[in-house]
Amino acid sequence: MDLFTIVFYFLAIITLGAGAVVVFSRNIIHAAFALLFAFFGVAGLYVLLMADFIAITQLMIYVGGILVLVLFGVMLTSQVLDVQMKSGTIQTFPAVLVVSALAGTLVGIFWSTPWKTTAAAPMEVTAAKIGEMLLTSYLLPFEIASVVLLAALIGAALIARREKNA
Amino acid sequence: MYELLHDLLGDSLLVYVIGAALPLLFVLPFAVVAVLLEMKVSAHMQDRVAYMYTGWHGVLQPVADILKLLQKEDTVPAAADKFLFRLAPFLVFMGGYAGFAALPFSSAYIGSNIDLGVFYILAVSSLAVIGLMMSGWASNNKWSLFGAMRSVAQIISYEIPSALSILVAVMIVGSLNLQEVSKFQEGGIQNWIVFGGPMPLLQKLLLLPFTITAFFILFLAGIAEVNRTPFDLPEAESELVQGYNTEYSGMKFAIFYLAEFANMFLVSGIVVSLYLGGWTSPFGDVMSGPIWSFFWFVAKGMFFVFLQVWIRWTLPRLRVDQLMYTSWKVLTPFLFVCIFAVGLILVL
Repeated sequence: MDLFTIVFYFLAIITLGAGAVVVFSRNIIHAAFALLFAFFGVAGLYVLLMADFIAITQLMIYVGGILVLVLFGVMLTSQVLDVQMKSGTIQTFPAVLVVSALAGTLVGIFWSTPWKTTAAAPMEVTAAKIGEMLLTSYLLPFEIASVVLLAALIGAALIARREKNA
Repeated sequence: MYELLHDLLGDSLLVYVIGAALPLLFVLPFAVVAVLLEMKVSAHMQDRVAYMYTGWHGVLQPVADILKLLQKEDTVPAAADKFLFRLAPFLVFMGGYAGFAALPFSSAYIGSNIDLGVFYILAVSSLAVIGLMMSGWASNNKWSLFGAMRSVAQIISYEIPSALSILVAVMIVGSLNLQEVSKFQEGGIQNWIVFGGPMPLLQKLLLLPFTITAFFILFLAGIAEVNRTPFDLPEAESELVQGYNTEYSGMKFAIFYLAEFANMFLVSGIVVSLYLGGWTSPFGDVMSGPIWSFFWFVAKGMFFVFLQVWIRWTLPRLRVDQLMYTSWKVLTPFLFVCIFAVGLILVL
C-alpha cells in the first residue's frame, strides 16, 4: 500500500467514525464535537483530490462558522437554562423507510455508475482560476449569492434589534 | 525542504513526520524565551527586577518552571467531561501549530509552500476556537464556560478585521502564498508593503496611508485573537478566576500556555510577512541569503512579540461592549475604506 492509500483510509475512518458518533451518541455535546472530526476528515479527502481551495473553505465555513454556531446554541441552552440535552429515537418506522430509500438510491447509483479512473493529474493552482471564473463566466450566480447573503445579514440584524426595543 | 528530506530518506511516512515536526524545533525554544521575556519585561515595567537567582539574572527560571510543571499533579475535576477535558488542550495547540506550516521562516524554508498560505492559516485557527469551547464546556464550571464563550465571541469578531486587513496586502501582491508575498517585498525597507510596496513613486504615496492603517489594524486584531491584554476578557482574573483554563493544571495547563505563545509568534509572523517584508533584509542585498533571512524573520517576529508583552503590561483591559464596538464599528469600516481605495489605486 502506498502512502496515498494509507492516508485515504485513515481519513475515511476518521470521517465515518466521527459520523457514527454524531448519529449514535446520546450526549448532544459529544455529537456536536464529533462533527469537528467529520468535517476535518472530509477536508482531508478534498486535499487528497487536489482540491485545496475547497478543502480550506470547508474548514473555514463548516468548522469556523457552522460548527461554532451549533456549539453556541447547544451550550447556551443546556448549561444556562438547565435543560437536559439528550438525543433519543422517535418515529422509528418513518425514519427506517426514509433512510432505506435514501441508502438504496445511493447504493444503486454507486453500482450503476461506470467509474472512470485516470492517473492523478499534477497539482494545479486553483485559487487564481476560481477567482477569475467567479468574476467572468460565473458573475451572475456569484452576485446573486452575495445579495442573498446580504439579505440574510440584514434580516439577522433586524431580528436581533427588534427584541431589544420591545 | 521536502525535496531534501525526500532525497535523504526516500518516499516514506517518516519524511512527512519529520517535515511536520520541524517548526516544533522553533516553537519550543521560542516558548522558553517568551516566558522569560514576559517575566522580565513585566517586571522592569513595574520597576521590579523579577527572578535573579536562577542563573545569570534569572535566565534559567523558565527551565525550572517547566520542570516544576512536568512534576505537578495532573488533576481532572470529578464532574468534568473527562474525555473532552483531556482532548481540548491538544486541539488548541494544534490550531496554532498548524498555522506554522505556512509561515515563511526564511527564503529557503517554508513548511508547506501551498498557494493558499494565509487563507489556510485563517482556516486552521478555527480549530483552536473549537478547542477553547471544548475546554470551557468540559470543565463543567461556570467561569470556564463564560471565559470560553467570551473568547470565542471575541476571536470570531476579530477574524473579520484581521481577514480584511490581510486582504489589503494580498490585493497589492496578488498572491496568498506568504513566500511569494515576502519575495515581492525584496530590495530594502522602502519596498515593504507598509510603505506602499515596490510600486512607482506616485502609486506608492497614494497607497501609503491605507497600507499603514491596515497594518496597525492587523496587529491590533492579532492581539485580540490571541486573547491578550487589552483584549484579555476571556481570562479577566478579576471577574472569571482564570477563564477557560481555570480547571487545568500540570502539563495540560502548560500546553495552553505553549499554545498562547505559539499563537503570539504566529500572529507576529503574519504581520511581518505581509507588511514588513517577511524574511527580506531592510538593507536591500546587504545581509541577505537563507541564513540571514531566517535571522530577519525571527528578529522582526520577536520584536512584535515584545510589543505584545509591552502593550499587555501598559494598557488596562477593555469592557466587553468596548471590545465589540472597536471591532465592528471602528476597525471594520476603516478597512472597507482601505480595501476600496487600494483596489481603486491598483486599477488606475
